[in-house]
Amino acid sequence: MTSVNPPPPGEGAAAALAVGGDSYLSHAKGLRSWIFTLDHKRIGVMYLVAVLTSFFLGGVFALLVRTELWTPGRTIVSADTYNKLFTLHGAVMIFLVLIPSIPATIGNFVLPLMLGAKDVALPRLNLASFHLYVVGAVFLLAAILTGGVDTGWTFYTPYSVTTGTSVILTTLGAFILGFSSIFTGLNFIVTLHKMRPKGMSWFRMPLLLWSLYATAIIQVLATPVLGITLLLLVAERTLGIGIFNPALGGDPLLFQHFFWFYSHPAVYIMILPAMGIESELISVFSRKHIFGYNFIAYSSIAIAVFGFLVWGHHMFVSGQSGLANMIFSLLTFSVAIPSAVKVFNWLATMYKGSIRFDTPMLYALAFIFLFAIGGLTGLFLGALATDVHLHDTYFVVAHFHYTMFGGTVIAFLGGLHYWWPKFFGRRYSERWGKIAALLVFVGFNLTFFTQFVMGSHGMPRRYYNYLPQFTPYHQASTIGSYILALGFFVMAGYLAHSLIKGERAPANPWGAATLEWRTSSPPPYYNFEHEMTAGDPYDLDTVRFVSRAEGWVPATEGAGS
Amino acid sequence: MSTTSPGSESGHHDPHLAHHFENAEQQADSAKLGMWIFLATELLFFSGLFCAYAMYRANHPEIFIWADQFLDKKLGGLNTVILICSSLTMAWAVRAAQLGRRRALAILLTATLVFAACFLGVKGIEYNTKWKHGLLWGEYYHPHVEGAAESGAAPVTAPPAAAPDKAAAASDGTEIPPAAEGPAGLAPANAPAHEIPASAPKNVQIFFSIYFVMTGLHGIHVIAGMIVIAWLLRRTLRGEFGDGYATPVDNVGLYWHLVDIIWIYLFPLLYLIR
Amino acid sequence: MTTLLHCALLALTAAPGKPSFLMPREASTVAGEVDHLFYLVLGISAFFFLLVVGIMLYFVIRYRYREGVAAEKTATHNTALEVTWTVIPLTLALVIFAYGFKGFIDIVTPPANAYEVLVTAQKWSWQFTYPNGYVDKDLHVPVNRPVRLVMQSQDVIHSLYVPAFRIKRDVVPGRYNKAWFQATTPGEYQLFCAEYCGTGHSTMLAKVIVHRPGGFDTWLADASNLLKTMSPVDAGRHLYTVRGCAQCHSIDGSGKTGPTFKGFFGHKVVLSTGQAITADEDYVRESILDPQAKVVAGFEPVMPTFQGRLTNEDITSIIQYLKSLSAGPKGGGGK
Repeated sequence: MTSVNPPPPGEGAAAALAVGGDSYLSHAKGLRSWIFTLDHKRIGVMYLVAVLTSFFLGGVFALLVRTELWTPGRTIVSADTYNKLFTLHGAVMIFLVLIPSIPATIGNFVLPLMLGAKDVALPRLNLASFHLYVVGAVFLLAAILTGGVDTGWTFYTPYSVTTGTSVILTTLGAFILGFSSIFTGLNFIVTLHKMRPKGMSWFRMPLLLWSLYATAIIQVLATPVLGITLLLLVAERTLGIGIFNPALGGDPLLFQHFFWFYSHPAVYIMILPAMGIESELISVFSRKHIFGYNFIAYSSIAIAVFGFLVWGHHMFVSGQSGLANMIFSLLTFSVAIPSAVKVFNWLATMYKGSIRFDTPMLYALAFIFLFAIGGLTGLFLGALATDVHLHDTYFVVAHFHYTMFGGTVIAFLGGLHYWWPKFFGRRYSERWGKIAALLVFVGFNLTFFTQFVMGSHGMPRRYYNYLPQFTPYHQASTIGSYILALGFFVMAGYLAHSLIKGERAPANPWGAATLEWRTSSPPPYYNFEHEMTAGDPYDLDTVRFVSRAEGWVPATEGAGS
Repeated sequence: MSTTSPGSESGHHDPHLAHHFENAEQQADSAKLGMWIFLATELLFFSGLFCAYAMYRANHPEIFIWADQFLDKKLGGLNTVILICSSLTMAWAVRAAQLGRRRALAILLTATLVFAACFLGVKGIEYNTKWKHGLLWGEYYHPHVEGAAESGAAPVTAPPAAAPDKAAAASDGTEIPPAAEGPAGLAPANAPAHEIPASAPKNVQIFFSIYFVMTGLHGIHVIAGMIVIAWLLRRTLRGEFGDGYATPVDNVGLYWHLVDIIWIYLFPLLYLIR
Repeated sequence: MTTLLHCALLALTAAPGKPSFLMPREASTVAGEVDHLFYLVLGISAFFFLLVVGIMLYFVIRYRYREGVAAEKTATHNTALEVTWTVIPLTLALVIFAYGFKGFIDIVTPPANAYEVLVTAQKWSWQFTYPNGYVDKDLHVPVNRPVRLVMQSQDVIHSLYVPAFRIKRDVVPGRYNKAWFQATTPGEYQLFCAEYCGTGHSTMLAKVIVHRPGGFDTWLADASNLLKTMSPVDAGRHLYTVRGCAQCHSIDGSGKTGPTFKGFFGHKVVLSTGQAITADEDYVRESILDPQAKVVAGFEPVMPTFQGRLTNEDITSIIQYLKSLSAGPKGGGGK
């Protein structure tokens, strides 16, 4: 059934190639060979460094926000500074971290490898995408250095038109980052359409690729609308076109419609790749074929399509018509269902499996726990009557952190730990990996769970001052954030150590059946020794375990059974 | 399938074929699909503006009917013809590239550039006229044209040195702040949809804001197209495209046709309102 | 199953006058319905969460890796199962939607003859204008009477939020947004601004005072008469307190968004242009009507205008009050 290419004399030769020999990391030397590289793997690694750096920056802002909120009234900064801190935290995390995270780092590296291909379809566009990211990041940095911006990451008019802070630099930065995102999505769509190997029909693709495809569709169709929205905001500020200004005949709510038309699909850009990673991890670490492949594939596309229809649920109390509210609420519930059902599919995959608790799996299990909470709390917000009470309170803040952090970031960490040996040819300390995962999990829940309770009690968001009765909740949340930070420091520590002194990793340390594991860890710059033919990506019988040093190898030498 | 040894292109002597593609057809298909997707993004980029147009026109048709008198249909029509001609020369250029006819290609690309420059020239004349008559966007709308002279067009003209909080500052001492006066933006108009108002309605500047943003953005895309076509011309003059490899010309052609199509929608929406 | 859970939770939940673990006390006619839905969704969520996490933990223990024990091959799909676990959540989702929609209609549909109060939001204070023209910084309402709020903003988008009533509505410049409620229990409730609006967003608070039967009319009569029976200085002090001046101008010398009024009147001030003038009656009047005309150096030009919102008598009272804050042992430093 599964057609497997006969491996060359000792596929271990491929591993040996990397260990002592030439991998994509050592293939060409010098800064220029990285800055002008067309190798998708190097681009992925550069993105990884950039995204992790941005995550650190966004995290610092978060800690400052949480520290300020230790007491009502002033703790460490003024109200204006606080407003800038939460705005920049949001802008950095969303535009520099969450949107690119999985597609640009893991996606860029793994997608061509999963296709048995030599690169993405448009490598120069890929490099351009990365350079645009850097330019966009520089604009955001410039905004920070010129006094910051205090509008909230949502830039609502008229406040964003009249405030004196660095709105233009920030919006131009986001505009440029939008192009980076569009180019990545465009590249992935073309690659998946044109460069699948023999044997890989659409329904034989690994589910990560389905999720990246659905994500790319959203990136390509939604991001341009953000582009025009930000451009109009810049024009409003600089030229006074008045399109959002009621004194000049404009409508402030028009901005909200335009903004959320992108920004709601944007959250699906964040979560779909995370779900794709989840499918890979759950299957491999349960040693079982994924359950309900077709449904998971279709649901990814359904989420992408329906995600475009629900933006108005951010505007239920804005004064838009009751009819619009009703339609948006109804559609919002429809988009919740495909996500929910995937969770059942993953559980069914684990049924009667043989489950290992390596660090990637710990994150995959944490994802189910945290995303379930995030998704279920969305029900409160999708229902009109309860949303009136909960909108713009900490309930919303907790909901989106559970989905974006507890969902996307946790899955990203799982993927990072899973593909780390493939990226760098090294293992990391399992023991410290587990410790960090525990710290992150505990810290996260302590930080954000109390925020649900604060929110339902009426604590509004974006508040510098708060009423004294909310103090215990805020303090618990702040303590949680420090535990979270500790977890990340531990993680940085053992991952850095792994790069320098980590145990060498074999081609397939986890026993997966997708194509990227059939070349050395790290891969050579040309990816594969031979042309690859794909089989069922979840048929784990195609590999068998040899030893820790050699990892898993193809089960059949010669023709398939 | 033949096993290709790593890194080399044994069996591929096609100088245009990138190493990660198996054959020229796959490469050409990929480039074309990529360009179509890019065009989709451009369409969505403009769609926001078309939506804004639709919304404001539906709620305030009288503004659009009134403002239409200030747009020169003849110049707009001329520009439409110019762009269509440029699309023709561009399509012809693609054919020339596919046939490897470099001289024809160079001439046709040049012709396209000339047409595009004419388009921008006409646009420049139109913009200049509007500037002279004070028919600009938003807060810069200060019309002094016959027919608009008696306009109380802009309800609150902000003081020239615009204070940050425009909506609140009213310096002449007798005006009630706009919000207290009533919802300015979306109140239904008094004039029926198709009648030409007797005098200038309120908020005419909204039309010109939309006009300048839409035609301005379109103009920027024309300029960008011209730059890319000039690059193609340079490559042609340096000896390329003689062998039937037409992918870059083909794809730039697709972009140029989109720029044309967008104008074909803009023209009736902005110029042919009455 | 969910009904049982629902009832159990109801027993632990909020009631009129009593806050619960999760919700503030219910103090309006719609609060009960909103909370009902909240607990329904909570019950369904808790059920599914415990189900999912429970199964996950069970599987993780029961099917953990053991030496020599391979994973069992099970079906890779099961249409009946997949359809079932799609249809059931979909049905529950639609039920939640229906209750949510119905509740929303109740939240936004005021009964006839509601008592109307005009609300003006500005950075960073609220003004409530009662039918007789009296303006206050807090919202006073009679109990058991529907109240309709007609809201406008002077500058940016704000949002009026009263958690105890479970109502919230954005206040958008250039249009009138409306909200309504009927308070069920006398008392004092918190009102927040719930749409970020700048530096003072978190201090843009107000109180909702629900009066006992008969108490509201008495209060309104007394409050409206205040200005007619007070001395100009007292009236000025009152206006300073309720019309939003206190938000940005202190009277004890401390620094706020605007200059302190202590010792202000009658003294020299340096403007942002460098010019030095005396803060006299004309200056105060001009600053109230056209605040951007002469801004004191070191302060941002963010004061909103009170053009059309303060009468000439109001402005005179304020001037007298400011004079009193500069008074030495004898009468003021002004003319």
